[in-house]
Amino acid sequence: MESNEKKPRYGMVIDLDRCNGCGNCTLACAVENNVPPAHENANERTGITWMRVQKVDNNRPYPENRSVYFPLTCQQCDHHTPCESVCPQKAVEYDTETGIVAQIPVRCLGCRYCMTACPYHARYFNWWDPEWPKGMETALNPDVSTRMRGVVEKCNFCHGRLQAARAKAAVEGRRAIADAEYIPACAESCPTKAIYFGNLADAGSEVSRLAKEKNSFRLLEQLGTEPKVYFRSEQSWVHEQMNAKLKTAEKEKIHG
Amino acid sequence: MDKKFISRGVSRTSIGNFGLWISPWALMLVVGLYAVMLCLFKGLNQTNMDNRFAFGLWIYLDLTVIALGAGAFFTGFLLYILKRKELKAVINSAVVIGFICYSGAVGVLMVDVGQPLRAWFTFWHPNVHSMLTEVTFCITCYLMVLAIEYVPVILKNRKIKHVSSMLVFEHELHKLIVVFAAVGTFLSFFHQGSLGGLYGVLIGRPFAFRPALGIWPTTFFLFIISAAAVGPSFILLTTALVSKITGKKLVKPEVYQLLGKISGSILIVYVLLKAIDTLIWINSTSPSLGFSAASFYKFSGFGTWIMFAEIVLCGLVPALMLLNQNIRQQFRWLITAALLACTGIVINRFVMTIQTLALPTLPFDAYMSYVPSWQEVATFLAVLAYGMLVYSFSFRYLTLFPQERELQSL
Repeated sequence: MESNEKKPRYGMVIDLDRCNGCGNCTLACAVENNVPPAHENANERTGITWMRVQKVDNNRPYPENRSVYFPLTCQQCDHHTPCESVCPQKAVEYDTETGIVAQIPVRCLGCRYCMTACPYHARYFNWWDPEWPKGMETALNPDVSTRMRGVVEKCNFCHGRLQAARAKAAVEGRRAIADAEYIPACAESCPTKAIYFGNLADAGSEVSRLAKEKNSFRLLEQLGTEPKVYFRSEQSWVHEQMNAKLKTAEKEKIHG
Repeated sequence: MDKKFISRGVSRTSIGNFGLWISPWALMLVVGLYAVMLCLFKGLNQTNMDNRFAFGLWIYLDLTVIALGAGAFFTGFLLYILKRKELKAVINSAVVIGFICYSGAVGVLMVDVGQPLRAWFTFWHPNVHSMLTEVTFCITCYLMVLAIEYVPVILKNRKIKHVSSMLVFEHELHKLIVVFAAVGTFLSFFHQGSLGGLYGVLIGRPFAFRPALGIWPTTFFLFIISAAAVGPSFILLTTALVSKITGKKLVKPEVYQLLGKISGSILIVYVLLKAIDTLIWINSTSPSLGFSAASFYKFSGFGTWIMFAEIVLCGLVPALMLLNQNIRQQFRWLITAALLACTGIVINRFVMTIQTLALPTLPFDAYMSYVPSWQEVATFLAVLAYGMLVYSFSFRYLTLFPQERELQSL
């Protein structure tokens, strides 16, 4: 997108029918964002995974049994962002220029009010000091600062990559960046290309088109927080189970 | 040995007995402080909280003690602003209890946050839209007010009184006490409310979310009224407890009855409003967010009994009991009613903090449970021990109940 007419609204569409649950997105995200290896005492409720993969089953016996994998990250709520409004010291930032909701760990008190506010459980607290095995520090990403114990962190759509793309554009004398120049690590690394990323405000973009498709839905859409991460699936049970608010007519089409 | 410090005309147990009484509390405090050190130096991995149960025992108990400590502001308001002179008999005790509750809560909060040294950031970069900002500002200011209200009680100690400048200072400070009572009331209204708002604003937690009246969710108002309702009941209970432990008459029976009557009068209003709020939530708020209210109560442990216990058994029942003069005059029933009223608020704060986090939000979420670690329990017991110690010393050396001397000579 070269035009500056409308501010971008970065978002994702994740194709559940393509995701095979390999977890490469989780790994790529951790490497890109300097998420340390889990502490030996960490479990699935105390570890840090900005992107996690959740298996969802239709709970039917074989042969009707079906399952999908939900790659879950910050849903980047655009309206009344639950975590942003509750933070007592503005450590959560909603960037009006991009729509990206980011955490400012150096300002975070670690009160965890944002974590109780987030319905997607997309926020993670540093219960331990971050530690990397000896020698692994040299592989850290220099564009992303590491976080300390006692603060909250979460996905920011690889903000470091956006900054790098902007810096490159500035050096080349351009005011805006092209779509292809900025893509988060999870979307880039997905072997089945299940994660589409782009500008939702650009009607011509692929994510914008996919987000509007009848098979696309958002989690807890009824809360009215306008998340910018969409999911899509052609399997009707997924829609039923997610209680997605689909228009009746569209629903019939899917069932048909 | 310490007789010169004990108020004239009242008797206190021997210093040896007093030492025996405070030793277990002192031990409990030491163990608790060890747990606090573990949390501060090793981090919050010492707790059993996690990314899903990000708030645990500490926040629940903070909200509870602050509600129960509301007796300080509300008694001050009734005595100094509404001129209910009878309450002079318990105001000093109420101030000490308020001070213990608030300082204890702030102390625990300092352990509960991941980076306590950044606590001042809230004053430097305040997010005015956050309920927690309001809570932080009001609690900090109100703790100062409570400390100022506590000072005249200390300065009236028999020995300290001999220093003339102290006496003058106490006299001058006391002249301003109305101003502090008014400021305290204002601050208390806001932070009691904001503590309710803390959960009421959570659109992502449909179990706790409530629609706004003006700029505050309904829980804001319900928390103020419930705190005002149980504050006097808690003063009643603590006074009765101190009286029982020390074997002394501390206040006249009319004072107990008045506290009960005040508590009952506000509690009935609270129960009515809470019932309306609950009906609106069941029929409108919750379904509009895509959750039927019944779905929240289908998990074992959190059935509808908890709602019944909170609103009817520990709300409506004690309210009606406290409004009945015959029941108020029977001390045992008065205590039972006050205990039920306080239990109702303890359940309410539990429901808002713990049940809210245990319930799933995403369609594929599971119901969550959490059991606090010994470090969390010990830290809170340290606050209890600290409160016991502060109160024990205050009771021994300061005049917490002005009627005691008169009642002793009867």
